[in-house]
Amino acid sequence: MKFGGIRGRATTWAVAASALLSGSAWANPHPWQLNLTKGVTQTSHEVWDLNMASFLVCVVIGVIVFGAMIIAMFRFRKSKGAVAEKWSHSTKLELVWTIIPVLILMGLAWPATKILVRTTDTADAQMTVKVTGYQWKWRYDYVDYDGKTVKKVGFMSRLDKKSDATRQLDSGLDPKAVVDANGTNDYLLNVDHPLVVPAGVKIRFLITGGDVIHSWWVPDLGWKMDAIPGIVNAAWTKISKPGIYRGQCAELCGQDHGFMPIVVKAVPKAQFEKWLAAQESAAQLDKASRTAQADSTPGDDSQG
Amino acid sequence: MAHAASQDHHDDHHEAPSGFFRRWFMSTNHKDIGTLYLIFALLMFFIGGSMAMLIRAELFEPGLQLVQPYFFNELTTMHALVMIFGAIMPAFVGLGNWMIPLMVGAPDMALPRMNNMSFWLLPFAFTILLSSFFLPGGAPAGGWTMYPPLSIQGGDSIAFLIFFVHVSGISSIMGAINIIATILNMRAPGMDLLKMPIFVWTWLITAFLLIAVMPVLAGAVTMLLTDKYFGTSFFNAAGGGDPVLFQHVFWFFGHPEVYIMILPAFGIISEIIPTFSRKPLFGYKAMVYATASIAFLSFIVWAHHMFAVGLPLGAELFFMYATMLIAVPTGVKVFNWVTTMWKGSLTFETPMLFAVAFVILFTIGGFSGIMLALVPADFQYQDTYFVVAHFHYVLVTGAAFSIMAAVYYWLPKWSGNMYSERWGKIHFWLSVVSVNVLFFPQHFLGLAGMPRRIPDYNVAFADFNMISSIGGFVFGATQLIFVGVIIHCVFFAKKKATDRVWEGSKGLEWTVPSPAPHHTFAVPPVIDDSQLAHGDVTH
Repeated sequence: MKFGGIRGRATTWAVAASALLSGSAWANPHPWQLNLTKGVTQTSHEVWDLNMASFLVCVVIGVIVFGAMIIAMFRFRKSKGAVAEKWSHSTKLELVWTIIPVLILMGLAWPATKILVRTTDTADAQMTVKVTGYQWKWRYDYVDYDGKTVKKVGFMSRLDKKSDATRQLDSGLDPKAVVDANGTNDYLLNVDHPLVVPAGVKIRFLITGGDVIHSWWVPDLGWKMDAIPGIVNAAWTKISKPGIYRGQCAELCGQDHGFMPIVVKAVPKAQFEKWLAAQESAAQLDKASRTAQADSTPGDDSQG
Repeated sequence: MAHAASQDHHDDHHEAPSGFFRRWFMSTNHKDIGTLYLIFALLMFFIGGSMAMLIRAELFEPGLQLVQPYFFNELTTMHALVMIFGAIMPAFVGLGNWMIPLMVGAPDMALPRMNNMSFWLLPFAFTILLSSFFLPGGAPAGGWTMYPPLSIQGGDSIAFLIFFVHVSGISSIMGAINIIATILNMRAPGMDLLKMPIFVWTWLITAFLLIAVMPVLAGAVTMLLTDKYFGTSFFNAAGGGDPVLFQHVFWFFGHPEVYIMILPAFGIISEIIPTFSRKPLFGYKAMVYATASIAFLSFIVWAHHMFAVGLPLGAELFFMYATMLIAVPTGVKVFNWVTTMWKGSLTFETPMLFAVAFVILFTIGGFSGIMLALVPADFQYQDTYFVVAHFHYVLVTGAAFSIMAAVYYWLPKWSGNMYSERWGKIHFWLSVVSVNVLFFPQHFLGLAGMPRRIPDYNVAFADFNMISSIGGFVFGATQLIFVGVIIHCVFFAKKKATDRVWEGSKGLEWTVPSPAPHHTFAVPPVIDDSQLAHGDVTH
């Protein structure tokens, strides 16, 4: 029993440790997370690999350089009787440590270029969503899906009520108490209306800003893109598995910059199509009722 | 003024003028003005630092406990402006003022009256900036980068910020002109360009960077001003302008600005490491060329601050490659410092401790810089705490540590007294430990997904934020020791400094008495190559 307990705990720690390093076990940030999330797209996986490759290169160079320094600091101390030599240059050495870094950098630039070329290509998307940043909320408009224009499906997405109440200065509410149905803390990372998208579909995002510059970032998708007034930026994603992925605005946009999270809910394709159809008919109904209302009370278009 | 000038003319006493006001406010003496710059920088370091303490206190745990989000943004904005323009830059100008004439054998700066003016503009500039806290609507809160439309959305504080940028920009440009004029015209006979100390070289190159980019910043903020008050639309999309244009112009200033804050630090470290290794600097010429290449590259990498604005693929690639190239000359410098220590005869007085810490910790900041240069990865890192960690490693453990190293290194020459080595070392060890507790966890926070410039965060980020804040409070408090050491050294220390101060020190500044008399090198010194740190660089 005791033995099993230790082993159980060891396994938990091993899982936690590997998860800390890979970030694969959680879709959301988790306590003591040390590294990037691996994410749920090909792009985010490639970025994670690039992140690790460049990190390892830095570690190796660091070990060599700092190692040499530490050896020098212990071996060539005056208190140990070290006598300084007089030499002060070596063309050969200097060439070596100019050329080798160039080669290492080329080794990093190559995969980075490859990833960049692939990820900037937004062609052949099966779906388009327009994302607009406002102070301090996001708007999502579904533009087209599967070659057909989507009619009037769009909504604002704001910080959820529970987080909003808790985040007020001296609210007296505990951020730790803001949890979702599974008990996972989603303080400041939850919204009233998440962006619903199908998994396994190449989605193109058209990103712009309504007032000031914002930046749309969901770490699990592997990128962020600025939302700039007057400019429409394009980016894309193809989410490999259904789930809820959270992010935040990443460009300072005023007082509530820290309070405009992003939630992407990826669902299976069939489920998404059902959802989209329901939204479209709801919009139709809404429009019909509004038109009816406008007809019955001419002059009063406050609803429009 | 005429009789005052003629009085100066006949003043052959070589003493500091009597009278507090006359000495400190009307000074044209490079040493006194250098001292003024350094005291000013220290004051600003504490003002900017107290803002940082408030920021870290609010971020101590999730939830808002101390300040409203808008005031938090004022704090982050002002912290950056005060630290960059008030602490780091004036400290380097102060060190340049004090040491460049001494290092090249000149009697003073080339343009002493302008020197006085370029300093005395700063207190006015910062009064303007800091007074904006008391305006209705508060201080600027759109970030030190002042990106429109956000920056011109608030109250009139932006006008104060713009006026501040103009005044301190004029001060910087005048300082830079003075330094260039001094280095190019006032060197003692025999002090060839390629015999100058590296600190002088790095400042010469920095001064050219300043002259090149401060007017660009002035232009950018003037366009902001006319956009806000005079109906222009340079950056207003609704009027046919482009908000991204501001970012391009700003970072064309901003990236060389980064090197303005680090090249003199490279110079300082290149002076200190040979002294305490008792061995000549390795690869003097390579150091000069590396500094020049970094300065050149700094003009063609600006868009790496803007990878996420939606640049075309070609631009992303160009700026990625150019940025990565900077690692090569920077690497040369690091390798040269390490090789200077190799087979030397090392001792670890406080300046050397700070210099060694600089090399290691600045290099860590350089490593995260390489990671940030990779565009696809930058799409994840950009605007997160990973970036915050990166630039604090290069600016705090880089620039600020080099300034502390320089103060310990030259304080005996300035004051004539030895500082307390024991308290210097206590200051060092507390600083170096706490600064890593402060900034290292911020790498993890950024990678885990915490954006920068937010006053509150998800509980997943709570642990590292608390650790970081604790490190911050200790680091902040530790700097009071620094002030204590300086005051003790200048006013109370019993142990007198020798002229040479350090066993391994070389160069003209160590040939004058300690404390350096009010006027030095009234007659140009005779240069003896063996007395220079880089006297023989024929190879």
